Amino acid sequence: MKLYCLSGHPNKPCNVVTFKSCTLMLDCGLDMSSVSHFLPLPLVVSQRLSNLSTWVPRDADSQLEGELRECMNRIFVDSPPEFVPPASGLVDFSEVDAILVSNYHSMLALPFITNGTGFKGVVIMTEPTLQIGRLFMEELVEYIERTPKARHAFRWKHYLRSLPAPLSEAKAPKTWQPAYSMKSINNALSHVQILAYNEKIDVCGALKVTAVSSGFCLGSCNWLICSDHEKIAYLSGSSTLTTHPRPIDQSSLKNADVLIMTALNHTPMFNPDSMLGEFCVAVAQTVRNGGNALVPCYPSGVVYDLFECLSNHLDNIGLSLIPMYFVSPRAENSLAYANIFSEWLSSSKQGKVYNLDDPFPHAHLTRHGRLKPFKSLHAEGFSSEYRQPCIVFCGHPSLRFGDAVHFIDMWGNNPQNAILFTEPEFDFVEALAPFQPLVMRPVYCPIDTSLDFTQARKLINELKPSKMVVPEVYLRPPVNAPHRTDLVLNLEETPLTFCECQLLSLGVHRRLESVSITPDLALSLNPSTIRPGLNTATITAALHIQDNKYVLKPLEDSDEEASKKLPRCYPYGNLNVDDLVQRLAQAGLTDARVEELPGVYIITLENEDVIIKISDASTHIISGNGQLREKLRDILLECLGSF
Amino acid sequence: MPDIKATPLGAGQDVGRSCILVTIGGKNIMLDCGMHMGYNDDRRFPDFSYITEGPLTDYLDCVIISHFHLDHCGALPFMTEMVGYNGPIYMTQPTKALCPVLLEDMRKVAVERKGETNFFTSGMIKDCMKKVITVSLHETVQVDSELEIKAYYAGHVLGAAMFHIRVGSQSLVYTGDYNMTPDRHLGAAWIDKCRPDLLISESTYATTIRDSKRCRERDFLKKVHDCVDRGGKVLIPVFALGRVQELCILLDTYWDRMNLKVPIYFTMGLAETANKYYRMFITWTNQKIRRTFVHRNMFDFKHIKPFDKSYMDNPGPMVVFATPGMLHAGLSLAVFKKWAPNASNMVIMPGYCVQGTVGHKILNGAKKVDFENRTSVEVNLAVEYMSFSAHADAKGIMQLIRHCEPKNVMLVHGENAKMDFLRQKIMQEFNINCYKPGNGETSIIPVSSNLDIEVSLPLLKHTISCASQTSLTASSSSKDTAASDETQPKKQKVPESKKQKVLHGVLIMKNNGVRIVGVNEAWSELGVASHQLRFTERIEVDEHGPVPALTSSLHTLLSQKLGASQVQAVSEYQLSVADSLFINIHDDEPGKTILLSWTHQDEALGSKLLDIIKSTYKKG
Repeated sequence: MKLYCLSGHPNKPCNVVTFKSCTLMLDCGLDMSSVSHFLPLPLVVSQRLSNLSTWVPRDADSQLEGELRECMNRIFVDSPPEFVPPASGLVDFSEVDAILVSNYHSMLALPFITNGTGFKGVVIMTEPTLQIGRLFMEELVEYIERTPKARHAFRWKHYLRSLPAPLSEAKAPKTWQPAYSMKSINNALSHVQILAYNEKIDVCGALKVTAVSSGFCLGSCNWLICSDHEKIAYLSGSSTLTTHPRPIDQSSLKNADVLIMTALNHTPMFNPDSMLGEFCVAVAQTVRNGGNALVPCYPSGVVYDLFECLSNHLDNIGLSLIPMYFVSPRAENSLAYANIFSEWLSSSKQGKVYNLDDPFPHAHLTRHGRLKPFKSLHAEGFSSEYRQPCIVFCGHPSLRFGDAVHFIDMWGNNPQNAILFTEPEFDFVEALAPFQPLVMRPVYCPIDTSLDFTQARKLINELKPSKMVVPEVYLRPPVNAPHRTDLVLNLEETPLTFCECQLLSLGVHRRLESVSITPDLALSLNPSTIRPGLNTATITAALHIQDNKYVLKPLEDSDEEASKKLPRCYPYGNLNVDDLVQRLAQAGLTDARVEELPGVYIITLENEDVIIKISDASTHIISGNGQLREKLRDILLECLGSF
Repeated sequence: MPDIKATPLGAGQDVGRSCILVTIGGKNIMLDCGMHMGYNDDRRFPDFSYITEGPLTDYLDCVIISHFHLDHCGALPFMTEMVGYNGPIYMTQPTKALCPVLLEDMRKVAVERKGETNFFTSGMIKDCMKKVITVSLHETVQVDSELEIKAYYAGHVLGAAMFHIRVGSQSLVYTGDYNMTPDRHLGAAWIDKCRPDLLISESTYATTIRDSKRCRERDFLKKVHDCVDRGGKVLIPVFALGRVQELCILLDTYWDRMNLKVPIYFTMGLAETANKYYRMFITWTNQKIRRTFVHRNMFDFKHIKPFDKSYMDNPGPMVVFATPGMLHAGLSLAVFKKWAPNASNMVIMPGYCVQGTVGHKILNGAKKVDFENRTSVEVNLAVEYMSFSAHADAKGIMQLIRHCEPKNVMLVHGENAKMDFLRQKIMQEFNINCYKPGNGETSIIPVSSNLDIEVSLPLLKHTISCASQTSLTASSSSKDTAASDETQPKKQKVPESKKQKVLHGVLIMKNNGVRIVGVNEAWSELGVASHQLRFTERIEVDEHGPVPALTSSLHTLLSQKLGASQVQAVSEYQLSVADSLFINIHDDEPGKTILLSWTHQDEALGSKLLDIIKSTYKKG
């Protein structure tokens, strides 16, 4: 059993596990950290951005002209943004039998794996993951396609060493890829097979995979990969906190042979509960002072909790009239889907449907006009609805594309406005760099509900896996807080670790396989009792293999020949000499003479020209008279136990 | 291995009061817990005292409810709260949401309108629903360590499910009510090739082969349209959930297309509540509705308005959907009484009617219907029957059987005579047994299934690699012997993967576990030592040449008989056969002595060699 790591970003996992001649890809995350090196894509031509001076390294040729621009001493690539797909070359994607997707954050790289690679497998995920993951992918593509750039810059990648940091430190930019298209999303998602929590899906007849709730987001799951005798648990994006999704199912993950754990908390220094509180307070403060609050967010996820908590908070302090706008090409879909997936929600939210209530209060908020979804700033009705002060939730959290870019340009020069960073994925200083100088107030309150190191350690202690496997980075403090030695995964037993582009042998040695026996074969067996509670029988049968399933059937006539060569029974134990002599006499062989030598008895049948040598674990019959041999053999077998 | 036992307490050779008791792998399961619409006495509920003398909770491992129709769940509060059952009850989420709505509605009719006493209360319905555990489609639910259940989409009504029940290697499928063709708001039933030992299928339309749905719909619309054109009133008795949504979508779109102005009404309350549930359980509807729900909800109707009792006396044409569906009580019956004498009116029964109901009577041509309070009504209006019930027809039932490949079929929820017909057809076409027990009658279904055991992986790998090796040696040594020449053409016909692999090992039964291991592994596992039996036969022969000459002639002889690869010369006076048998030759003037030695494991080969040597070198 081997693990290949294809992603250098533990929160955008993509690993491949080979087991029992099956190849499974675990998650297919798209690393977006690369986009911070690109200039934002404005909705309309931005004076400020087009006035940024171009930058050319000293030794570069003139072709680089216009590819790079400078903003406040930082160099940005002026081009449609590019992403880091999973590493290719380590695994042949056409050999992958199945891709298991844990949640909608971990599927955005699917088109890079499934399209044009000869991929023939299935992509397995829950229905909410499919529907909401599709919204994420479509939103991404729509953001980028609606703000086309004339030029695609790529030459800068050849001059990496001549560029200033942090661009010079960009990891393998030549492997970066531009975004995919709507068509490739549809193509990738055509491979999807939907599964429910606790549904067992057969992969190649050899393995059963099961999704169990991970408590992180709508439809998110952890995976059990089981053969009949081995159990591998893959844990990705899990939460033990109580929020809107169905709680994590821990018991199913217990006692695995191997537990692979990835996608732990991005921001372990921040407590999500207190961040949520700070968020509400900061938003309320901003709008009370007449400022607008901008919340860059993904189209689904914690944003539902933000709607719920913020509206409650505003109610409590008498600011119910402040409008909330949810701007995303898929805003309406996201709100609608959240309320039809009640089976995937926490029991309190699920309980609401029995009283004919919508699970999420945002349904109520939209019906009463407090929360208004819009496809974009240009969408019909937005300009007439738009009132200030207001709260805008919109994409994209990277601040490189989406309506957020426009709102920052619009509100950035007013210190009363605030931008609140709740999505933990992007560093806010990095995100804001191309917008500097900015007077709008940044508030950093990252809300990541996934397991932090303490929770992970506690969980591992409860799950008791035989082997732990984690990304190597979890054994070191975070890069941005090297002194925080508490922020490492501190386990009693050192886990196995992996890093990008590495192959790791997981050391699972299979010893047993399952086989079924047909009833007629079972009946034909002749078991003997070795001691009470221990029965045994020699079995000779035909092995049939179909779809990696093994069945034993009685031998067909054509195989009888082959089976005759095999022993029917195996004698064991010691031979009782007196017993043998007695039985010989009964068979008419009365002339047995017994001689006792150290460690051996010798019985001579003078008349028959036979000598029998008996020692502890063996008996040797030497005869010159073939007639008697079979008779002697049968008598000996009677004296010995056999199976 | 114990057989599967199944006893219908209701729905045996009958429609209504579905309740089937099954015993599989030592587990007792109740499938549905329905009531009979045709009775008002004890017969409306299953006879729970039949099940066991002790408490039900001790006897039953679980109760499974297939969907929210009262003939499948109507007796549940009676059983759990009045008879007493505290064990698990499984159903889907929409069923759990809608079940109490229908139960409460029925309770009101029974207690408040008919004045029944000793009926379950609203509180009992609530307490009963607290015992329900919801299952998602395709989720494997472990009821206990041995019993697992899995739900499949059944299409019949919102949330309807078929259940696959498995204990060890035995399994059965209970279909509940299902529909194999998608309709305007639901998808078609689906199940994978799960090869159960028993399939318990409904058979409401056991003999019907329905024409295409499009024809039926056109027919329905034409009849309604013609009637209102003539100024008549159309009554469509329906149950609040299920068909009414389907027919509303149908009529609403037709009215829109034809630009009709005749009012359509549906009864307030229940149907309206139902539509709200439909909107929330969109994931259980069909693809089209799910795709478009964000922008247009199919359950918001344009032309259909709520009905008020006073409207039934309004002049002029109208279409009214009224509950309940079999005209056995409530508003639909009230409207029927009013409209029945007028020949220009029409009643369309869109579904099956249980025996004893007014619906059943008029469908059988009754021209006059008597009621309990000694009143009667002349039936002059047109009575039309259109099968809009979302049940599988004969074709659909056969299709399901073909799809899941059961080893036995049992028919329930149908009329006896019709079942006979379908039963013959199933037995003929699939060559499997088909049962149709009556109520209180137990069918015993013998099952034999494979035993699942463990096998050591080294032994398995050895078996597979041996098989591929022998097939190689068989073809390479074919030229050497005449014997294998004969078998050669045969062997080539069998492709290597299909060739039988012979597994030889030791089966060990210990601590309830069964495992097959290789012979060498077995000794330590069993804790006994092998006892080796060795045989040495002395054969005296009349050969006068030197020893090496005899050795070489033996070598040639045995190579011919056994194949060259089997025989090895160890020295001038010693040969080995198959690496385990030894032949020593001694010079024993004037003749020679051949000593052939083998262990009991090689008994077959040893005695064969002995025969060969003896017959060739027989003394004098």
